[in-house]
Amino acid sequence: MTKVLRTLWKHVAGSVRDLAPIVIVIAFFQYFILQQPMDNALALVSGAILVLLGLTLFVYGLELALFPIGESLAHALARKGSVFWLLTFSFLLGFGTTVAEPALTAVANEAAQVAAGAGAIGDTDEARSRYVMGLRITVALSVGVALLVGVLRILLGWSLPLLIISGYIMVIAMTAVAPPEIVGIAYDSGGVTTSTVTVPLVAALGVGIASSLRDRNPMTDGFGLIAFASLTPMIFVMAYGSIIAWI
Amino acid sequence: MDMMSSGLKTILSTSLDVLPIVLFIFLFQVFVIRQPVRDLGRLIAGLAFTIVGLGLFLVGLEQALFPLGRLMAEQLTHPEFLLRGVGTVDFHWSHYSWVYVFAFAIGFATTIAEPALLAVAMKANETSGGAIHVWGLRVAVAIGVAVGVSLGCFRIITGLPLQIFILVGYIIVVIQTIWSPRLIIPLAYDSGGVTTSTVTVPLITALGLGLADTVPGRSPLLDGFGLVAFASLFPIISVLAYAQLTALRERRASRSKSDLVREAESTFKETN
Repeated sequence: MTKVLRTLWKHVAGSVRDLAPIVIVIAFFQYFILQQPMDNALALVSGAILVLLGLTLFVYGLELALFPIGESLAHALARKGSVFWLLTFSFLLGFGTTVAEPALTAVANEAAQVAAGAGAIGDTDEARSRYVMGLRITVALSVGVALLVGVLRILLGWSLPLLIISGYIMVIAMTAVAPPEIVGIAYDSGGVTTSTVTVPLVAALGVGIASSLRDRNPMTDGFGLIAFASLTPMIFVMAYGSIIAWI
Repeated sequence: MDMMSSGLKTILSTSLDVLPIVLFIFLFQVFVIRQPVRDLGRLIAGLAFTIVGLGLFLVGLEQALFPLGRLMAEQLTHPEFLLRGVGTVDFHWSHYSWVYVFAFAIGFATTIAEPALLAVAMKANETSGGAIHVWGLRVAVAIGVAVGVSLGCFRIITGLPLQIFILVGYIIVVIQTIWSPRLIIPLAYDSGGVTTSTVTVPLITALGLGLADTVPGRSPLLDGFGLVAFASLFPIISVLAYAQLTALRERRASRSKSDLVREAESTFKETN
């Protein structure tokens, strides 16, 4: 029992550390620079406590259930040597973790509200939730593709800078043709996708594969998956925006 | 009753969020690796925690993080706050200096405290044989994020096109890549995505949208996004710069002083 309490406490401390810098910076600005009353302080504090509690339970649950089994699975598949299953696993891992990523859900909801407010989509619950789902599925597919390409790169020893630079060129090319109202959301979706759920599992996948192959250095081959996963969403979301604008 | 039903709805939708990853990990475990799932009780408990935690987090986010970001944007751009001591009414980007300071502080503080970054920095220190310092890397990434968010706010306030900044950033990254130590490149590329955590992203998204809402002449849809993109691009630049500086210092230290002087003189002649 004390062991459970101690690990739970460790996770609470972790969430506090996540939230503390934000609270400190905002409190400093409120107190010393803005010096204005905060009229909804109670809602903010209770909301922050919910964030703290939710994040703690979320990460604790992930470490209890999904991370150990996901990591051992990544290592087992890398050792097994079946390229087909490894690539399938990579794609599904990228897709599944991104759908579960809370930051993406939050930003997609916000994007739907902004788009509805500006009249880009209909201002009904149905139109908004369709937009949110479309955005999340598009980003999830793109992260799946990113991991697939990234793992293929590790297996075949392709040059990372070359792939990244071609990705940059595709981003710029898509920007030229995509409708302007999707560009900002698309650019942001790159950084949003890789957070709490995705990063640990993806890192385990990369390092697992690189260390089970001979002549591969975990430093140069194991890293680089996250870079793909933050690049492809931009391209895919702009493509999604262009397709929606067409029909 | 109302709270009960909305709570149930949240639990239901978060269960759907977690369903794909759970489903396919179990299918792989059973059908591809063909190993039984051990510790079923622990797994079920873990999943329950994950689902409830995700639900609570999303509710708290709506109630605290989004409003906080918006509130800060509103208060920092409020005419009364801006015009303290200044007599003018015409708005100029330089009047918003506290916005940039706030953006820098939030970017720096959240990144320095980011546990994922600490883990990556320790791993990099280990594999580079101590050449990459843990603190050096963390500060480099934090400065990158801070400058990124700050510059992103400047872009929203001035309404300059996002593409131009991103394009210039990409060109800088490509040029740096050519002259960077090979070992650091994948790590630097990754550091862009790693730094923007689940708590930071909603806050700075709300900050950007709030700025676009309150600064005259800006549209949230066209101008409000982009802060997260800046926060993921600039760490790549700052980490590559840090690696280049480290490599340069090492090369200098390994040379005798007279060599160094000669080298400096010859490069000086070359550049002139």
